[in-house]
Amino acid sequence: MTIRMTRRAALLGGAGLAAGTLAAPAVAQPSPIRLGGLTTLEGPFATGGQDAYRCVQMELERINHTIGGRRIEFIRESSNAQADVALARARKLIEQDNVDIILGPLSGAEGIALRDYSRTLTGKTIVNGSSGASDTTLRNPSPNFFRFSTDGTQWMAGLGRHVFQQMGIREVAVTAGDYAFPYAQVFGFNLEFCRLGGRVQHYWAPLGTTDFTSQIAQINRSNAGAVVVVHGGTDGLAFMTQYAQAGGSKPLIGGSIMADQTMLSARGPHRRVMNGMISGGPIADVIDDPTWREFVERYRRRWLNEGGFQSPSIHAVNYATNLHGILHALGAVNGDLSNNQAAFQRALAAAEITAPTGAAVKLDHNRQAISDIFLNKIEERQGTAQVVAFGRTQGVNQTLGMPEAQFLQLGAPSRDNAGCVAA
Amino acid sequence: MDLAATILLNGLTLAALYFIVASGFSLIFGLMRVVNMAHGAMYLIAGYVGYAVFEPLYDRDVWYAWYVGLAAGVAFAAVFGALVQTLLLGWMQGQELRQALVTIGLSIIVADQLLATYGGTPRQFFAPDAIFGSTQVPGVGGYPTFRLVQIGVAVAVGLGLWLLLNRTKLGIMIRAGVDDRQMLGACGVNVPLVGVAVFALGAALAGLGGVIGATAQPLAQGADGRFLLISLVVVIVGGMGSVTGTALGAVLVGVAEQIGQAMFPTYSVILTFLIMVTVLALRPQGILGRA
Repeated sequence: MTIRMTRRAALLGGAGLAAGTLAAPAVAQPSPIRLGGLTTLEGPFATGGQDAYRCVQMELERINHTIGGRRIEFIRESSNAQADVALARARKLIEQDNVDIILGPLSGAEGIALRDYSRTLTGKTIVNGSSGASDTTLRNPSPNFFRFSTDGTQWMAGLGRHVFQQMGIREVAVTAGDYAFPYAQVFGFNLEFCRLGGRVQHYWAPLGTTDFTSQIAQINRSNAGAVVVVHGGTDGLAFMTQYAQAGGSKPLIGGSIMADQTMLSARGPHRRVMNGMISGGPIADVIDDPTWREFVERYRRRWLNEGGFQSPSIHAVNYATNLHGILHALGAVNGDLSNNQAAFQRALAAAEITAPTGAAVKLDHNRQAISDIFLNKIEERQGTAQVVAFGRTQGVNQTLGMPEAQFLQLGAPSRDNAGCVAA
Repeated sequence: MDLAATILLNGLTLAALYFIVASGFSLIFGLMRVVNMAHGAMYLIAGYVGYAVFEPLYDRDVWYAWYVGLAAGVAFAAVFGALVQTLLLGWMQGQELRQALVTIGLSIIVADQLLATYGGTPRQFFAPDAIFGSTQVPGVGGYPTFRLVQIGVAVAVGLGLWLLLNRTKLGIMIRAGVDDRQMLGACGVNVPLVGVAVFALGAALAGLGGVIGATAQPLAQGADGRFLLISLVVVIVGGMGSVTGTALGAVLVGVAEQIGQAMFPTYSVILTFLIMVTVLALRPQGILGRA
């Protein structure tokens, strides 16, 4: 007993001494970089937000929270996918937590709100998380808002053409959330589909809708050859479950956040109807690329026993891609954020990185990513539903290859401007 | 034509769910004069607790998983309701504002505790196969069986409540309490105990709604606020403390919501509030409420 006490005391004393001697050089070290995270741990995208932080934490652990000789302190904040809440939490990160850089937000309208907020800030930078409204960077962009992830319109590259040409479908029903991100996705799909001569009937529903039965009844009675589902989170789950319950049998085409582990790992009858669904997006569970396989392997090792998915979700990969952009630029300037972050922001704009999927990413003049988009199909493999990439378009830009002036003339994606213009 | 029938049926099945939840709210208000702002929290807590019991059983593929989950959720909500009345609201009887504020605080605490315990992942119950598939309904075609079951449950709840209030001794005590609490006490009835019973019953109905609702649509954070708001609207439209009024209010709100979704989805929520505004302007006590 006495020996143990002495040993404990000695250890304590030793620890105290060590802390004392270590504390002195710590003062001389440069102050840490404060990185604020903003994602949705509440509301319809809570699952995706949770997974986003998993990947951010994993990537920060990999570099031991240090870049360019400076420590990175990560401060987590949460919103609920509503723009006003995201704005309030971003203000809190900047004003109270005094962060240098914000990584976020997750959802479309939030991104536009934070883009506008970033314009009022000097010496601070906001780098997107996973929000994918196109206007965030396309129209009225802000000099200190950067997006290394592609947007909702880009994610649909090749999908409309595939549905028209390969699947031979001439008329579709589009059911989509009534807010910025689905506008961008529907716009991207329609742009190709209608140009080839396809016809589209739209069914909009506000974000947070959980009873789609009347909409499904209308869709099942229509002439549509396929249903394009651009919902996500709880809304998407509700739609798919009710579509399955109503005995829906039309082929399904998915928006990018439908064909995702946040949806496929939830249990229920929706998995039956989603088998075989075609979709487009910046990631898939199975991509034939060594960089991606290594990333998935690390993700599984780190998170599979702590509630993670079989494969990282779309939001997680987008956050990781944007974090890679930040880390690349911080490394390039050796952690120097002085002079209102001027050098850092120049380095961000010039950054050319590789996304976790293995896709090359560079930014255009609006600080928006140009990168690869995958065409995916959901398949049952080893008893689990997986999103398998079967096509890849390289270097997709924000206007889907159209001259920018011509693309801008089509107007901003909205409920009333869904991009369905015949050639 | 069959589309109109389907939308009407969707409205009625949704109304059934709203009725189950709102009837408990109305019952508690009727006897206790407590505007129970924690009613949505009781919906949520029953859903999550029921699911925690349901999931391991469902994994083992036993046919009674859903029924056990349902019973667990309802029982937990009832006990929770009884505790709320005994520990918190009982000793502030008659102080309506204070009780409303206490229940608001309670609902915030409950929601945050549920978020901390169960996380943000949406959950959904899977009903037993017998009531899960689809049924042929004349004029509509294949229709989800579970939504028809919802109507059955709502009708059973409505009949049960009517029988309880009109044909049992407890019902007589409850109705007497609504009119004159003091006189009822003077007759030798333990009024606080009747209060606990009513509160437990009201909470159990919220819990029943919680599990049924979480079978029809995903259960996630935020459902508490939504169902509290719906209960308030339904009860305000139908008339406080009246079972028939609650049923009428639920049908109006449910059908309006579905018609709105089919005709003008973006603005469908306005229709609900338009009904409420109209009722409040023309008949402030509710359609079947007593002045």
